Amino acid sequence: MADALLKVSGLTKRFGGVVASDDIVLDVARGELHAIIGPNGAGKTTLIGQLTGEIRPDAGRVHFDGQDITELQVYERSQLGLARSFQITSLFLDFTALDNVALAVQAHAGHSFHFWDDARRSRELREPARDALKRVGLADRGDVLVSNMSHGEHRQIELAMALATKPRMLLLDEPMAGLGPDESSRMVRTLRELKRELTILLIEHDMEAVFALADRITVLVCGRVIASGSPSAIRTNAEVRQAYLGEQEVVTDAGAAHV
Amino acid sequence: MSGMITPRNAFVAAVIVVLALIPVYAAMTGNTFMMTLFTRIIILAIAAVSLNLIMGFGGMVSFGHAAYLGIGGYVIGILAKEGINTGFVQWPLALLVSGLFALGVGALSLRTRGVYFIMITLAFAQMVYYIANGLDRYGGDDGLTIHKRSEFGGLLNLSNRTVFYYVCLVLLLATVYVVWRIINSRFGAVIQGARSNDRRMRAIGFPTFRYKLVCFVIAGVICGLSGALLANHTNFISPAMMHWTRSGDLIVMAVLGGMGSVFGPVIGSVALLVLEETLPHLIGFASHVITGKEVVAAKEYWQLILGPMLLLIVLFARGGIDGLIASARRG
Repeated sequence: MADALLKVSGLTKRFGGVVASDDIVLDVARGELHAIIGPNGAGKTTLIGQLTGEIRPDAGRVHFDGQDITELQVYERSQLGLARSFQITSLFLDFTALDNVALAVQAHAGHSFHFWDDARRSRELREPARDALKRVGLADRGDVLVSNMSHGEHRQIELAMALATKPRMLLLDEPMAGLGPDESSRMVRTLRELKRELTILLIEHDMEAVFALADRITVLVCGRVIASGSPSAIRTNAEVRQAYLGEQEVVTDAGAAHV
Repeated sequence: MSGMITPRNAFVAAVIVVLALIPVYAAMTGNTFMMTLFTRIIILAIAAVSLNLIMGFGGMVSFGHAAYLGIGGYVIGILAKEGINTGFVQWPLALLVSGLFALGVGALSLRTRGVYFIMITLAFAQMVYYIANGLDRYGGDDGLTIHKRSEFGGLLNLSNRTVFYYVCLVLLLATVYVVWRIINSRFGAVIQGARSNDRRMRAIGFPTFRYKLVCFVIAGVICGLSGALLANHTNFISPAMMHWTRSGDLIVMAVLGGMGSVFGPVIGSVALLVLEETLPHLIGFASHVITGKEVVAAKEYWQLILGPMLLLIVLFARGGIDGLIASARRG
């Protein structure tokens, strides 16, 4: 694919005898929302770890916007515009929501070897942070300590932080995990808005959300890509049905399901 | 954020006023011991504030911070022995060598975490300790007397107790101010973010290692200054300046006073050293009341009282004395 923003080829990672990523090939086109699904243990988290740079692959390459980023550090990939949100909420708990997001803004506002001026009074940091909070629906929660906020709000802040780094692509690792129905539908709404301007790679268990949002879906089983295509193609794919076995119904019905 | 006059700020102001008035009190009463004690308190407070920059705010628990006291002190002592008495050379060199040492220690130790970090910083400090022990020309383990304090032309006469005291106090207040600015700056935000969640900091695009390393060097330089002052204060250097128990004392000062604030370690330094001086007398007095005569041997057990006090602070007041006062208002 010529216009792929993220291009993964031959990605392989072994942990002892277990092949967590087995020759994965994946293209995420500019502007699309690409979902990755697969049963537990399919190697989704290992894959995202290799995309963000926390895990080094044994073989294969990762290209972002034409540049080979396979050897780049985590922070270097972030600087290029590849942002991620964490599956397990990973915030600065003893900071306020606004401080959390402002820190993400700061990471992309030049170097931070500024020792003297009060960072909390910097418009350059606070304004974009406030905007990002607003986009995820937390405009009036900025001054609350993160440790005093709900799990659903944490997920929103995770997203706001990823947005605040002005990314070109978002890697979202199960943004719906642990959310109630209301919070889930709010997250789906937010993601639907975001996909208009950003390329998104979404890893998610919530099939309803995946089929509602994704332009394309890649199915990962035992570290291997067994299918990749449009939601309707995936829904009717025999191999995918087989892989999901008992969950077959979920896959089949998800598109049409109502809550 | 609720106004400037809180019980906590009033307490901090009171501590500063008391420190500023010590020489006046000493002059009126002729109590030179008081001057000596508080000069020492102020100098070690500078070291404790610098330790807290990396430990309290950066989450880097250095168990070898006294090494910089020793390095700062030895630069002064060695230069004095070699006939270079001007402070304009001695002091910058003391800071420079401390900074370079911190750069080396930090570059290696910051690649590790937790217990390993503590052990590596301790190991480096022990290394310097034994090197100092082996410096026969500079007194080996007996130490070295400094015959002349640092000279600053006609600018400052450090041999004058009162002048020296105020130089130390001004440097302490300057240190507290500088560290406070750093903590609230962008750099400080990165340091505190890395303490809270290093992995996330890297994920949002910060190369945290280099920020932590710079922070480690800043703390080393400030503690080197404290060492230079200490050598001038005692007119003496010896490996004991950087014994590992001294590193422990600095940690105790920060924990006792409160790691959550820049000023906490100053309170901790005052509290620890004043207790160290007064507890033996209190025990002596108590033994006099109980038995009718002072039991001298009992005085040695003052740490039996200090220990439980520390324990209580750590268990019930995680913000140290400073934290206790800050929360007192809510009662």
